[in-house]
Amino acid sequence: MGKGLPGVAAVTEHTAPPPIGINANAGECKGGAMSPTMPLVRIRGLRFARGDKVIFDGVDIDICRGAVTAIMGPSGTGKTTLLKLISGQLRPQAGTVEVDGADVHRLSRRDLYALRTRMGMLFQSGALLGDLSVFDNVAFPLREHARLPKSLLRRLVLLKLEAVGLRGAAALMPSQLSGGMARRVALARAVALDPMMVMYDEPFTGQDPISMGVLVSLVRHLNDAGGSSSIIVSHDVPETLSIADYVYVIAGGRVICQGTPTEVTADGSPRARQFLDGQPDGPVHFHHPAAPLADELLATGDKRPC
Amino acid sequence: MLTEALARLGRSGIGAIAGLGRASLLLVAMLGGLRELAPRPRLLLAQVYNIGVLSVLIIAVSGLFVGMVLSLQGYYVLAQFGASESLGIMVAASLVRELGPVVAALLVAGRAGSALTAEIGLMKATEQLSALEMMAVDPVRRILTPRFFGGFLAMPLLAAMFSALGVLGGWFVGVGLLGVDDGAFWSQMQAKLDFREDVVNGVIKSLVFGVVVTWIALFQGYDATPTSAGVSRATTRSVVHAALAVLGLDFILTALMFGG
Repeated sequence: MGKGLPGVAAVTEHTAPPPIGINANAGECKGGAMSPTMPLVRIRGLRFARGDKVIFDGVDIDICRGAVTAIMGPSGTGKTTLLKLISGQLRPQAGTVEVDGADVHRLSRRDLYALRTRMGMLFQSGALLGDLSVFDNVAFPLREHARLPKSLLRRLVLLKLEAVGLRGAAALMPSQLSGGMARRVALARAVALDPMMVMYDEPFTGQDPISMGVLVSLVRHLNDAGGSSSIIVSHDVPETLSIADYVYVIAGGRVICQGTPTEVTADGSPRARQFLDGQPDGPVHFHHPAAPLADELLATGDKRPC
Repeated sequence: MLTEALARLGRSGIGAIAGLGRASLLLVAMLGGLRELAPRPRLLLAQVYNIGVLSVLIIAVSGLFVGMVLSLQGYYVLAQFGASESLGIMVAASLVRELGPVVAALLVAGRAGSALTAEIGLMKATEQLSALEMMAVDPVRRILTPRFFGGFLAMPLLAAMFSALGVLGGWFVGVGLLGVDDGAFWSQMQAKLDFREDVVNGVIKSLVFGVVVTWIALFQGYDATPTSAGVSRATTRSVVHAALAVLGLDFILTALMFGG
């Protein structure tokens, strides 16, 4: 998909072999349990608005099985909202979101919860439960959903913590962790049930270079080793492109560019270029719409905003 | 101007009714969680500890001083009519019927209710409730229901403690300092305090207050705007609404229980 879709900028010719799960010609997914080209997540005609502000207006996205798919775009374009729509925390005004063949917004509460046991989500803040230790946070989904003997549960939790390099911090409380450590614990918790899909909400934001490097390699490693699929929502361009198999760039409520990292990097559309190159001004303005500065500064009386 | 004022009034009225609707739905959801709470009594015990045991100090000290003041004031009035021997029943009836349930509920609203609102509000602001949802765990049933029933169970115990220590405080001042006869103090209390009329009605009041105070506290936290200012406003609202609800309900319950 991609080139033929309305409102989607053309992507350049492929310069590298197609990555895992992506069809070289149309962006369709190869393989999968449901059908040969059935994507794990299939979004069609998605429309979502908050009040008068339209966040998504006819968005089509496919997330392929086994792939790391990045959803990128400037701040405020609704990337986190998209994850909440995929996980059924928000309901769209129009369009469908199918996860593993099931329309998320038509599921009963019980079925939605059953589906969520097969999804993991890493929140931007980590969202660790503050009154539980690191060990208990990671053990939480296992205790809630898997009736395991204590010894097995302990081993599983220690293995998950070992995978994120924090086995030695098992006894610490969330308040004793740095931001990077908290996110790694949250990552261990997100993959505790070995989900089919992990969603990462801005996993690299605010990390020091060491934590950033660790998290980048962890995301890729957990995806490949666990045989799961990953959706990374981020505006950290180099880090995300370094591990993504396929990329969607969203702006103005639509997908403005999509393809492999190589294709997206070579995309020539002004909006994509402005975002990828970090240009301060372009089709997306740095300044929020306002009256001229001189008018504001010289204004008197009732017209002053403050 | 007038239409604007009417529109504002209408909006706030609709907002209040919508809030009541959301609070009612939350109450139903919390009650629905009781079945899942039954096989996990530890969750309930932890909240009885948080809401009940951690409130014991303020309840005990307040009860003691309220009883002492009640005894002091009561003695001066009763002595004028030569009825100072009735001090025991006056102190006990006042505490068991009214002051025990009401003041204990106000204190719990201030100490535990505000803490519950802030805790739930902060859990919402820091996405912990969303994280539970994403882990396929219903935050209402897992987090709110144990706190609701913890408050429901803790309140009558705290009210009983308040009343018991109030009576002891009253005895200390009346008998120990003011010279009221020890036997008369206790025997009049024993003879005239009715178990059904006084004690059971007091317990019913404290159970109702337990529901109301905990419900308001949890709803305000769950419904809070997930910002620091939002949680702060919710905490204030929690204490104010709970205090007003307790005092209003106390009048209604008193009229129903003792009016006829």
